[in-house]
Amino acid sequence: MNALAVENLSHSFGNRQVLQNVSFTVAEGRMCILLGRNGAGKTTLFSLVTGLYYARTGLVRVFDMAMQANPSAALAQMGVVFQLPTLDLDLTAGENLRYHAALHGLPTELSKARSREELSRLEVLDRIHDRTRALSGGQRRRVEIARALMHGPRLLLLDEPTTGLDVPGRRALGRHVRALCRERGIAVLWATHFLEEVAADDDVVVLDRGRVCWAGRADRIAPEVSAGSIAEAFALLTGSP
Amino acid sequence: MKVRHALRALDGILRREMMRSLRQRARLFSAMVRPLVWLAIFAAGFRSVLGLSITPPYQTYVLYEVYVVPGLAAMMLLFHAMASSLAMVYDREMGSMRLLLTAPLPRWYLLAARLLASVVVGLPLVYLFLFVARFWDVRPPALGYVAVFPALVLSGLMLGAFGLLVSSMSTQMENFAGVMNFVIFPMFFASTALYPIWRLAEAGRVLATIAAWNPFSSAVELIRFALYLRFDMVSMLVVVACLVAFFLAAVAGYDPGRGLWSRRSGEG
Repeated sequence: MNALAVENLSHSFGNRQVLQNVSFTVAEGRMCILLGRNGAGKTTLFSLVTGLYYARTGLVRVFDMAMQANPSAALAQMGVVFQLPTLDLDLTAGENLRYHAALHGLPTELSKARSREELSRLEVLDRIHDRTRALSGGQRRRVEIARALMHGPRLLLLDEPTTGLDVPGRRALGRHVRALCRERGIAVLWATHFLEEVAADDDVVVLDRGRVCWAGRADRIAPEVSAGSIAEAFALLTGSP
Repeated sequence: MKVRHALRALDGILRREMMRSLRQRARLFSAMVRPLVWLAIFAAGFRSVLGLSITPPYQTYVLYEVYVVPGLAAMMLLFHAMASSLAMVYDREMGSMRLLLTAPLPRWYLLAARLLASVVVGLPLVYLFLFVARFWDVRPPALGYVAVFPALVLSGLMLGAFGLLVSSMSTQMENFAGVMNFVIFPMFFASTALYPIWRLAEAGRVLATIAAWNPFSSAVELIRFALYLRFDMVSMLVVVACLVAFFLAAVAGYDPGRGLWSRRSGEG
């Protein structure tokens, strides 16, 4: 079964068409990189998939549940890390996690145990009682990922999660998330414009000006478009230098 | 929607509001000082200027301080609602609103929970003010403090729903200063909070008519009557009707298919 299926999704803001007939799938337990330059429509796509915007044309299915018909059931399966940081800076890391857990209906005891477990996995347990305002950019991101995992989602959506992180921070985040795929079978949709975040065995969807211009395994992209590397293939596909 | 899930979410939203409010001490302090300044300075200055006739629910001549306290209690609710609304706009600008709106619960419920939480957090301060006002010889009957509770809750919800509506319409924080100048201040001054209708009518019929139709006046009168153990049916009906109307409009404003969210241009 597909964790996420996007079918013929189109969206416009006024006269400006932002997404056009976008279709792709993310298989269970797979890491899928949504690759696109700034303005390609990645964030709009995330907003549609998470129901922040209503998809008038096309379908979004999460584990075969239609987002438009039953948003609550679909959202319960999803963990989301938005491009903009969404931590409450006046609350501690632990309080942020427990707030999220409450929104997902977790009982208090379970919520406390999970928050320790997830923060520990992402190596930020020592900051559990610190206000998130005092955390570094990388730590905040990890707390956000821990938070997105609190309710045990089977699909994790990350919109440019490495924005503002240094190179080691980016790599560490990539390792953490790939470990989640391997160890817990979580499907991941990771939007980015950094080509170095793509690994050879990831699935890749290339989004350009609101259209999907290539989809498949990362190690197939270069041979299929007769390019020497992923970077070259991306440049060819998106017409960018 | 499962009831247990819904209650846990409400509890979570309530706790978050409380923690945030307790940690913003400067805001708490100014929220408390604002009505006291009005009572101690403004009301003292006006005490001799305003000779009040007997105005219901008062059964005798009352000092201006006595008249103005329910209005100041309503003012606290109004400013609290607007601060909460500003926090919603801030949350949306900063992104944390997305977290609330992607919770697996109906959006109207999440907004209602947020509204209720905001009112619950605001009420203790209003009570504190009412008790402190006793030092100014504003001493309603003891039972009045109980009777005023539902009036404060309803008025708080109505004003909070109005704030929610404002937050659903204002796209940027900058617009919010305009809202304060063109909505909040007129709403407060053109009401029965500071002067009774007959006094406003002496100044001008238009102003008196505006004050009579102003839903904030209904909130003030509902609180004033309840504090003196009287029930003002008309004010209650107006407050409830406005609460429903403002809330429905706010929910439509936050609807992903219709409101602001659908019009916002996406980035990335």
